Amino acid sequence: MARAPVCPFSPPPALRGLQAQAPLAKVRLWDGRTAWLVTRQADQRALLGDPRISRDTERPGYPHASVAARERGTVGRTFIGMDDPEHTRLRRMVTGRFAIKRVEAQRPAIQRIVDGLIDRMLAGPKPVDLVQAFALPVPSLVICELLGVPYADHDFFQANSRVLVNRESSAEAAREANGKLLVYLDRLIAEKLADPADDLLSELATGHVKTGELSRREAAVMGVLLLLAGHETTANMIALGTLTLLEHPDQLAALRDADDPKLIAGAVEELLRYLSIIHSGLRRVALADIEIGQQTIRAGDGVVMAIDAGNRDEQAFADPERLDLQRDAGGHMAFGFGVHQCLGQPLARVELQVVYGTLYRRIPSLRLATDLEHVPFKHDGAIYGVYELPVTW
Amino acid sequence: MQVVVDKDVCLGAGNCVRTAPDVFDQDEEGFVELLDDNPPSELDEDLLLARRLCPARAITVNEA
Repeated sequence: MARAPVCPFSPPPALRGLQAQAPLAKVRLWDGRTAWLVTRQADQRALLGDPRISRDTERPGYPHASVAARERGTVGRTFIGMDDPEHTRLRRMVTGRFAIKRVEAQRPAIQRIVDGLIDRMLAGPKPVDLVQAFALPVPSLVICELLGVPYADHDFFQANSRVLVNRESSAEAAREANGKLLVYLDRLIAEKLADPADDLLSELATGHVKTGELSRREAAVMGVLLLLAGHETTANMIALGTLTLLEHPDQLAALRDADDPKLIAGAVEELLRYLSIIHSGLRRVALADIEIGQQTIRAGDGVVMAIDAGNRDEQAFADPERLDLQRDAGGHMAFGFGVHQCLGQPLARVELQVVYGTLYRRIPSLRLATDLEHVPFKHDGAIYGVYELPVTW
Repeated sequence: MQVVVDKDVCLGAGNCVRTAPDVFDQDEEGFVELLDDNPPSELDEDLLLARRLCPARAITVNEA
């Protein structure tokens, strides 16, 4: 569905129409099949928390988002594409590094990364593309440190990640990009087995591969997921969030002057709600007949939860179209819901809190160096954002 | 209210720690730890929210 040209921050108007008139609607997918499109937040929450709903990307009725996503759901399948008990068994191997206290302990290191990149931007030429100079390097540096991936290889893994998250990539291109990343991660895991360091890949290698619980390939597939999920999402929230704030100068001013970390944390939640960058829907397949609303979802039916619409549902949030950094947006589902809810959310939160709490304060005159209509939005992306954001100060 | 957590199904998303930090904590591996199984009533609202937000349904609250 197309977004309205006048409002690049909002879900497509057709989605909002469905929300009002047919909150559970049968829609046709790119491959000709049909699936249920769910647009109300309460229905989404109920379905995502329902054990009769499957995330198994190998089930015949699974509604893949694109040919590239289908490819990743088979050759790159790991716990996010599995049901319990396999899902929980694998996911629990990597939860430790994302525990709140351990992520909080990284806050000073994240602050140093953010300050260092801002120093370099201020010392360099302007205008500058905020995506390349800041939005992408912040989460890339952070996830590389956490996983134990050399940041020097970022051109390689960012280029291949871009192919995997583009809805228009062919199956061959997706398979090739995934294959290259797998070879790369497999080599890294072999290195960590021989010479472990204090990072997640070493923990995975010595704690689970060495013991035979996990094959090297399974560990490599998990590594690809964590590397990709670790920067494609937060990078888009940084760039798109900044653009949103520049378009809402009164809100930006309040955030810039805020001294209370709680206010900044609240602003992060509201921007997550307002932008909910996963615009291709959370996808599931029904394992049994499920009655919901006035409808029955049949066993085998595909289900697509449009969380961008759910996060703008007026039954869940008062005046949902308004960006209000002071509101309590805590009930948003930008990280999904149910057993597959985002593993990296504590890390994403700290990164965004540091970024939004630092960037506009250190560069108070930050502004767009082009017109909004010339900003290239990721209309072809599985994750919404901007390809470039020329800024000056 | 009485709180019970099921560490075996916990997925370490940490919503409970953000919602009610005086009641819930995480161990080194990120799994839930209960700090107080019978917290004072002023935390009732936070407890119910933590239960609602838990993606693994690992939290039980007995409203006795």
